[in-house]
Amino acid sequence: MEATGFSILTAIIFIPIIAGVVILFLDRKNRDLVRGVGVTAASAVLALSLAVFFGYDNFVKTSGGLIEQQAAMLASGVELSGARMFADALAFEQRVVWVESLGIAYHVGVDGVSAPMVLLTGIVAVAGVLISWKIEDRLREFMAFFMFLVAGVFGVFIAVDLFMLFFFYELAIFPMYLLIAGWGWVKLREYAAMKLTLYILVGSVFALVGGVAMYFAAADFFAGNGADVLDAAIAGGLLPPDSGPYSWSIVQLTLAAENGAFGIDILGVEGLNFAKFWFPFMFMGFGVLAGVFPFHNWSPDGHVAAPTAVSMIHAGVLMKVGAFAALRSGVQLLPEGADTHLPWMVFLTLINVVYGALIAFRQRDFKYVIGFSSVSHMGLVSMGWATMNLTGMTGAGIQMFSHGAMTALFFGVVGMVYDRSHTRDIPSLGGFMRVMPWVGVAFVIGGLTSMGMPGLSGFIAEFPIFQGMWAASEQITLQLGAFQLSNYYSVLVIIAALGIVITAAYVLRVADQVFFGEFDAERFHDVGNIEMTDRIVLIILGAPLIILGIYPPIMAPMIESGIRPLIALLGGG
Amino acid sequence: MELDLWAQLPSVLPEIGLTALAIVVLFADIYGSLATRRNVVIVSAIGMALLALVPLIWQPDPALYENGALLWGGMINYDPLSQIFKVMLLLAGAVTCLMAAGDKGVGDKGEFYLIVIVATLGGLMMSSAADLILVFVALETLSIPLYMLASFRRGDQRSAESGMKYFLYGAFASAIMLFGFSLLYGFAGTTNLAGIAAAMSAGLEEGLVAVMTALVMVVVGFGFKISAVPFHFWAPDVYEGAPTPVTAFVSVSSKAASFALLLRFLTAVFPPDLAIAGVVIQDFWVNLLVVVSIVSMTLGNVVALRQSNIKRLLAYSSIAQAGYTLIGVVALQGANDSLAVASVSFYMFMYIFTNLLVFGGVILFIAKTDTEEISDMAGLNRRSPWLALFITIGLLSLGGIPPAAGFFGKFFLFQAAVNSNLVGLALIAVTNAIIALYYYLVVIKVMYVDVGPDEDKPIAIPRAYGWSLGITALVVILLGTIAVTPIYDWAALGARGL
Repeated sequence: MEATGFSILTAIIFIPIIAGVVILFLDRKNRDLVRGVGVTAASAVLALSLAVFFGYDNFVKTSGGLIEQQAAMLASGVELSGARMFADALAFEQRVVWVESLGIAYHVGVDGVSAPMVLLTGIVAVAGVLISWKIEDRLREFMAFFMFLVAGVFGVFIAVDLFMLFFFYELAIFPMYLLIAGWGWVKLREYAAMKLTLYILVGSVFALVGGVAMYFAAADFFAGNGADVLDAAIAGGLLPPDSGPYSWSIVQLTLAAENGAFGIDILGVEGLNFAKFWFPFMFMGFGVLAGVFPFHNWSPDGHVAAPTAVSMIHAGVLMKVGAFAALRSGVQLLPEGADTHLPWMVFLTLINVVYGALIAFRQRDFKYVIGFSSVSHMGLVSMGWATMNLTGMTGAGIQMFSHGAMTALFFGVVGMVYDRSHTRDIPSLGGFMRVMPWVGVAFVIGGLTSMGMPGLSGFIAEFPIFQGMWAASEQITLQLGAFQLSNYYSVLVIIAALGIVITAAYVLRVADQVFFGEFDAERFHDVGNIEMTDRIVLIILGAPLIILGIYPPIMAPMIESGIRPLIALLGGG
Repeated sequence: MELDLWAQLPSVLPEIGLTALAIVVLFADIYGSLATRRNVVIVSAIGMALLALVPLIWQPDPALYENGALLWGGMINYDPLSQIFKVMLLLAGAVTCLMAAGDKGVGDKGEFYLIVIVATLGGLMMSSAADLILVFVALETLSIPLYMLASFRRGDQRSAESGMKYFLYGAFASAIMLFGFSLLYGFAGTTNLAGIAAAMSAGLEEGLVAVMTALVMVVVGFGFKISAVPFHFWAPDVYEGAPTPVTAFVSVSSKAASFALLLRFLTAVFPPDLAIAGVVIQDFWVNLLVVVSIVSMTLGNVVALRQSNIKRLLAYSSIAQAGYTLIGVVALQGANDSLAVASVSFYMFMYIFTNLLVFGGVILFIAKTDTEEISDMAGLNRRSPWLALFITIGLLSLGGIPPAAGFFGKFFLFQAAVNSNLVGLALIAVTNAIIALYYYLVVIKVMYVDVGPDEDKPIAIPRAYGWSLGITALVVILLGTIAVTPIYDWAALGARGL
């Protein structure tokens, strides 16, 4: 698509920013106005992200659309260009040159992987505002920071310029820190907020150095041997006419990757391959935010300490930001590195899945259960990336959306229970189905989703991941010195499937102990059913789980179209 | 090349203007009525802000500076590097005057503004000096007023001590630097910076040790001015003891002017092709400064973690910031030196506004509450939301978080480092940036989250003061968003005159 004119995505970023600034200037005591501006902005953003999602759906599925184009390309047998395919997959683009001399541009667009993420962010933004309806303490500041956080998250998903991606990534971190430190659970918030912020920043700045290194390697390439590649790309309309060798454009960096710009030796050291050296920095740097073992430690504390709305956006969306950025800047830009490193990193993701589930099983605190379940489920996303084939990665893409809505729903449920019962200690709760039927039903829907029950989105996500693992088993071997390990993906997938059994166990345990069983009518005498705003939250988070579960074509083909360029880059068919 | 007087005039017009302004302020303060004297601050601030337009409007001629042409008998460089630093120094002076206006015992004395103007004059000359003599005169014109400013609150023992310490350290550093200069002159027989390099590369077969000694001595002098480790010992005490507006001014002006001169001095006197007895001098100073940079960053940040006094915290933070900026200086070794020069200039540009913003907020806080402890800033958000917000924006910029300008500033430095194959240095720097972010975030947390005993006592911001803080904050945000391109491109021009 042409990268001209105003894009709806720009509105999606700037509406929350403007709303945040406006809210900061409102009268502190006029809480209704603050809420009103917040919910209006969030709803507008949700409406726009729905428009983006269905607009992109149409772009993909229409006759002569992206899917048919890609199918034709595969059938024609010409050599596939991942950069070309990626650029073709972008829609709703807008590009404004920002720092011309350095090739930094404000360049936004969505592809098949990011379009569902935009929708997810829109949904969770509205849910977050609604669930914070009753916050009294410094509501104005809370709402403003929440808006900035939402804007930063959107920015990462729609960035087509690597610099922009970093910019928005860092932009999201600070409001998150303040939200957790300022409004979180008193006992833990300062510690957890700082821990989380430092973990994520450490990851991102190491990735930033990797990004700068890629930028210069690509520039060297395009200024030297690759000059004709650049000229051809400009002539072919792949890159805008003002492109020079120095550029942060992800399209241009992908082109560099594809043409071997990152296959060089670093500092002239023989065997120190650029892509292989920097891939762990990029993938793990962002993987920290996705909770990849052993850098998952911030996540349960962070989620538990955060106020409900922030837990929702954090586990629901921000962890996807990490997984998404790891995919975009790691796998997409350094495919050679991915080929080398993902075959061993898959072990880490397995630890995520099983260990996360086991610890979740042992928790007494309701919120910690959900926090560790996020670690476990995000492991499946990274595992999906590690399959490096179409099925597995598509499954991971769906899992990002599915887990996002599901875990936001879970945190919403926890928040609603805690707000009314003032405890999260699982054994002392019980029988809440009776007083809060809505919440109970929502938890059961979420729980079934996380177990991978067919008919709900979790199944649509997890099944392809396992399938992809199985398929990858024959293709991927791990070279450890003289040692060669092959066919081990099939072993891993069996163990990972056991993780799902553990998931079922802890979900059922919580459901049994919190929502069924004996209700302590005396202690919880003032616990009543939930208000309208909370019901809306449960509906907008629960509905996508069911819709996607019953009708996967609403999302699966889109994500598949977004994964295909990556497969081409990774050298697959 | 001979130029007539009028053609040369724009190169020193800001200096001439400052001198005139100083005289006006001096006489207005001595002979003016009480009402006139109150307006001295306005005259100084607006005067300096208007003079900042001069280097913006009269751009030097590329044909001249790219050939290394010097003006005023070989004393003055007239190139984009000097221009950008003149603009930032003049603006720093103007903002300092505004922020000092309400400070008791400082801003109510006319001579304060006079001294700030003279110090700024010295900074301006430093940024364009092309001759050892002028370099030294300019350095002292900047330094001596700063010693006076540090001890400006005469009745206050801490201020007097701070001035004395600053003076003793400063005089010592100046003397060492001057000794270095004299060695250079002894080898080259000329005081012209470019001439020294030419003479050394032409005729010097021996004397490697002596040249390196001279180099080290010069670096010691600069290290003192920019408060880099191990020449930083004065900084925390002086920062803490001096009146806060002075601390703000010392922390930005002297540092910025010194970096301008350092860039010019190192490239002019020790260019990449200068080798004595087969030893490339550039490698030596690059390695030296890499060490200084790493030690400054690390020590500054680690010690800052332990500070409970906000001014001392900012002192150690400014030591670390000097370390970061040195990354840009050592990146000069790379093939593309415009990245390096641009990164240093941009960093200093944004650092001036950032640091003035933080100090501006802290000045008001200290003036209203009479305490400098970080823990007493608890609940500042409830006492004065705007003040807390301004300080937060400044701290975020120091920490390198977008959309504040510091993000781009740090990014440009790291970029220059990676481009010069200094990946290791860049990784050390990012690690340090995270340590630094910790203590900045702690201050922000204290202001926003902690509950203090004085929660219910609001702090009022005087209207004019609020505006100057607000505009500075806006500049910090703009420098991190839409104003990046013009400033960076201008800064990148700076390399062409070196």
